Amino acid sequence: MAGRVAASGAIEVAAKTSLWLQPHRIGLVAVGLALVVSAALFMRWDWVPNYAGLAVQGLWRTIWILAVTSVLGFLLAIPIGLVQVTGPAWLSWPAYWFCTVIRGTPLLLQLWFLYYGLGSLFPQYPWIRDSFLWPYLRQAWPYAVVSLTISYAAYEGEVMRGAFAGVARGQLEAARAYGMSRWKLFRRIWLPQATYRALPTLAGETVQQLKSTPLVATITVVDIYAVASRVRQETFIVYEPLLLLAVIYLCITGILVFAFRKLEARIPARLG
Amino acid sequence: MHSGNEPIDAIILQLQANIFDLLALSPPGWGGNLMRGLFHSILIAVGAFGIGILLGIGGAFGKLYGGPVLRDLLELYTTVMRAVPELVLILLLYFAGTDLINRVLELLGYQRIDINGLVAGICVLGIVQGAYSTEVIRGAIQSIPQGQIEAARAYGMSASLMLRRITLPAMLPFAIPGLANLWLIATKDTALLAIVGFNELTQETRTAASTTKAYFTFFLAAGVLYLTLTLVSNVIIARIERWSRRGQPVGGH
Repeated sequence: MAGRVAASGAIEVAAKTSLWLQPHRIGLVAVGLALVVSAALFMRWDWVPNYAGLAVQGLWRTIWILAVTSVLGFLLAIPIGLVQVTGPAWLSWPAYWFCTVIRGTPLLLQLWFLYYGLGSLFPQYPWIRDSFLWPYLRQAWPYAVVSLTISYAAYEGEVMRGAFAGVARGQLEAARAYGMSRWKLFRRIWLPQATYRALPTLAGETVQQLKSTPLVATITVVDIYAVASRVRQETFIVYEPLLLLAVIYLCITGILVFAFRKLEARIPARLG
Repeated sequence: MHSGNEPIDAIILQLQANIFDLLALSPPGWGGNLMRGLFHSILIAVGAFGIGILLGIGGAFGKLYGGPVLRDLLELYTTVMRAVPELVLILLLYFAGTDLINRVLELLGYQRIDINGLVAGICVLGIVQGAYSTEVIRGAIQSIPQGQIEAARAYGMSASLMLRRITLPAMLPFAIPGLANLWLIATKDTALLAIVGFNELTQETRTAASTTKAYFTFFLAAGVLYLTLTLVSNVIIARIERWSRRGQPVGGH
């Protein structure tokens, strides 16, 4: 029995492969491989060992910033989306304008506004300099995290607004008829259903967030992009670091898309 | 008065006195520079968006009706362009593009030229936009009711006539929301050109701010300009959308 299952699985895989591997694709793959090999042979890669340690640190920082800002941004997006659907005007109005303003201005400008603009005001106040936050406010990464979190929250908040509004009325009415409290209704019915609805956009938003992370290099946070820029400035090698950087981002995007697809497949997509 | 508020009051007073001088349109103020930057930003966004739409129409037709090799290559183009940060692509295409053009010129026996930053920026952002609009336009063409295309074929229309009279006008209502979104992205992506040193709004703002040390004021002013651009765009987009849906039944296709 197990052998038959394995055999049919192998046949399925073989069928999929032959469907993908049409004759012209073999040619394209060959051309691609030739390009990669010639790039490896004829381009300069002798700088790689010198910068490998720095690159790993930079890569770690990129992934760390991506993970932290996405999670925090999503947690912020939930109340931002919710108050726009059900909240009183004094909450929904600021949430609406928060989304509009953040989505209407470039992230680079927001980042520089926080780092150079607010950052230049802080030292003028003695009570800020005396507070426990001051050691953090003097570094660059808190500004990067705050600004990327705000950006993610605004874009995803708009998605969550639609997701909360899209949950069928009947579901909420049924929950209320069961005598659920407002908080329980939110926790058990409204939030999970809205999250299912928002899940397909979440992958796209997270890739978008990954593509925003190199901006933090402009405020002196050393992520993987900053490492590549440094290689360019110190060795005057232009293409190789940038090409490698593009490949690294492609790989991270691939992993993200794959992970989200797995996550989506695990969650039953039955919506009321 | 509470003593802790004194520095704040002093700054507010100073801001009120200075803000209009700083943002004045004539030379001692920097307002003129900001407006010039805004003009450049809009110029780049319009150019990039236009190139993006042309590439998108070509890419969408290639993906839908092209041969297997063309289809795979276009898939590669859209995947890579949408997976790699715009900043990296801008640097890569900017360096590679100018280098390539100069090498071709040298091969042909001409002198090296300095590529205009404006033109380079427009082309690079246009190529990136093209990947996104390929997907938008492909989806829109696929949403056209099949009968309309078949009817056009039955009338014996040539491919180009069908494109001009049927496919492009019929796909427009489906494509406009996506394209509008791309326009908003284009206006914001122009800020990235500040990193390669082009004088668009963000770069002008940074210059003004670092010269006068009034970072807060200038970044806030630039934010207001960008926001105004977005809000005005939204109003125009809503009009275009209504226009493109004229004659269609309300509330459904």
